[in-house]
Amino acid sequence: MSIHRRNNIRVTGRASGRTVVLVHGFGCDQNMWRLVEPALAEDNRVVLFDYVGAGGSDLSAWQEERYSSLDGYARDVVEVCEELDLRDAVVVGHSVSAMTGVLARALAPERIGSLVMVCPSPRYIDEDGYRGGFTAEDIEELLESLESNYLGWSATMAPVIMGNPDRPELGEELTNSFCATDPDIARVFARTTFLSDSREDLGGVTAPTLILECEQDAIAPPEVGAYVHAAIPGSRLVTLAATGHCPQLSAPEATAAAIRSFVSALGR
Amino acid sequence: MNRPGGGPEEPGAGLPGTHAAFTALLEDSAEELYESAPCGYLSTLLDGTIAKINATLLGWLGLSRGEVVGRMRFSDLLTVGGKLYHETHFAPLLRIQGHLNGIALDLRTATGSRLPVLVTSTLKRSQDGEPLLIRTTVFDATERRAYEQELLRARRAAEEARRAAEEARRQAEADRERLCQTLAVLQHSLLPETLPDIPGVRTACHYHTASTMQLGGDFYDLFELDDRRTAFFLGDVCGKGPQAAALTSLTRYTLRTALLHDVDPVANLGTLNTVLLDRYTGDDPRYCTAAVGVMERVGDTLEVRLASGGHPPALVIRVDGRVETLDTRGGMLVGALPAARFVPARTTLRPGDTLLLYTDGLTEARVGPHRELYGDEALVSFAAGLAPTGPHRLVEALKDLLRGFGDGLDDDTALLAIGLPARTDTGPGIAT
Repeated sequence: MSIHRRNNIRVTGRASGRTVVLVHGFGCDQNMWRLVEPALAEDNRVVLFDYVGAGGSDLSAWQEERYSSLDGYARDVVEVCEELDLRDAVVVGHSVSAMTGVLARALAPERIGSLVMVCPSPRYIDEDGYRGGFTAEDIEELLESLESNYLGWSATMAPVIMGNPDRPELGEELTNSFCATDPDIARVFARTTFLSDSREDLGGVTAPTLILECEQDAIAPPEVGAYVHAAIPGSRLVTLAATGHCPQLSAPEATAAAIRSFVSALGR
Repeated sequence: MNRPGGGPEEPGAGLPGTHAAFTALLEDSAEELYESAPCGYLSTLLDGTIAKINATLLGWLGLSRGEVVGRMRFSDLLTVGGKLYHETHFAPLLRIQGHLNGIALDLRTATGSRLPVLVTSTLKRSQDGEPLLIRTTVFDATERRAYEQELLRARRAAEEARRAAEEARRQAEADRERLCQTLAVLQHSLLPETLPDIPGVRTACHYHTASTMQLGGDFYDLFELDDRRTAFFLGDVCGKGPQAAALTSLTRYTLRTALLHDVDPVANLGTLNTVLLDRYTGDDPRYCTAAVGVMERVGDTLEVRLASGGHPPALVIRVDGRVETLDTRGGMLVGALPAARFVPARTTLRPGDTLLLYTDGLTEARVGPHRELYGDEALVSFAAGLAPTGPHRLVEALKDLLRGFGDGLDDDTALLAIGLPARTDTGPGIAT
């Protein structure tokens, strides 16, 4: 099984540009990046992929044990970098994958030269004075929401997308991305994401790091952005005039511009 | 239906004022329809800020318009788990697809209670495709959610039950496997490992186990008494299972010990009879059938003295194809009665002759469409068809015969064959 096929790798953009690897977070797949991808592709080589278990990945390669810790996801990132023999790439990780990027960089520092953390949170649950924004009960509620929604999920989505003639480019592949998440896989990813604690890993980050946060983010509030910024020596924090947890969708121009300016400042 | 005159008429016809009321209903204002619709309506800005909400939804939430419009975001209405789901699935998918249908969420009402709802949202875009606002309808899904919870519970219970059943099956399989192994070892221990090599004599034996789950009660043994004489026996204890195995064990060791002291087969059966009667008293009588023999090398022949207690007659397959039945009729079960009678027989085996002892599993197998007993006569003809033969070939042929019985053979079967090589034989182990 090639990693290409396993992780549904797609490479676009300028072949001569610096490689930017876009890593989706929990709840979605590489389609999350579709609004920023064109702008990033103008001067970079852009690599997109799905974690095993998400989107167009090979579900048969999914193993509960591996993907029950963030290390498993970090290994996906590293294996994608190895497959493409990347050097000094920029790994842009959204949400939980901001932390996955940190772990991947520690595993393969020669392949991953710098990090962009989009709405990162090293710990979602409040604990001993740390404010992550959630309690353990909240996370159980999320798991319930997942349970209530997988029943009609795929059946519901297909007609919705077909009845969407004004955006034909969103075509049928979407039915097989967000919608096709196996509920058992989604549950494992949710648990791994929201019960993880990567605060200890932040101090060891030596790569140039850009942190992007939104003004209003229900999942990664400003305190968390500030915490990450303070914990990573030399990191840059940019607060986007955007709401929600997905600035690459709600403010794609600003998100792409921030990433492009960070990447170009890295030099060659 | 109390209308005077009765009979079928257009609904409303003939009732003054009905038509007017119907028209008035149809002229229900769009505003009234929006506010009092049987579902919740909600319009939000792209950042989720609620710009418009209908009275139905406000009623469900227990909030006033002033508290909500311009002050709350859609996700503020959700439970925390719902918020997370909204941020990770709902909002991104809506932004990418422009439409979402039938998403199950819980609203948090002013009193703190939860209201399960189904949410459908569309993204309104400007003419040049820029997203402008989100329109959402909210349906009360209390009943449906309860039903789905029931389904989920049932599914989990079914999965749990399936897992438990699978585990039990695995355990049972493992237990069964262990039991089979134990039984095989135990059964093996009741039979000689191999028959001893007796100079100038050919022997062969076979034990067919009817069930790997059940200890059988057949037994045989063959051992040298001295340079010239060899003792042998073969029998069948009553019953099956552990008790039969214990009886087999006692029988075998009694006969072995007794034969070392007295070479008379009849006396040996008498000793066994006494031992069994002594051991199994009262309401648990245990008995067996057995043929006991001693053979002695005399010149180039074997003189065989045999005794039987209730056991099927031994066969002698002569070199010329004749099959003799050693008549031991009248021999009684061993261990059943104090003064049991056992019947002796003698024969002389010459080169090429073969003596066969067997248990009744062989002759009582069921054959043919009517499942008739295979029987003594069929066995005699089968043996005659093999002549001239030797112990090894005879036992191999009988093994094939047993296999051919298939499920018609439901009892354990023991075979013991003894013979002298035919004169044309050049050495041991060749075609005998």
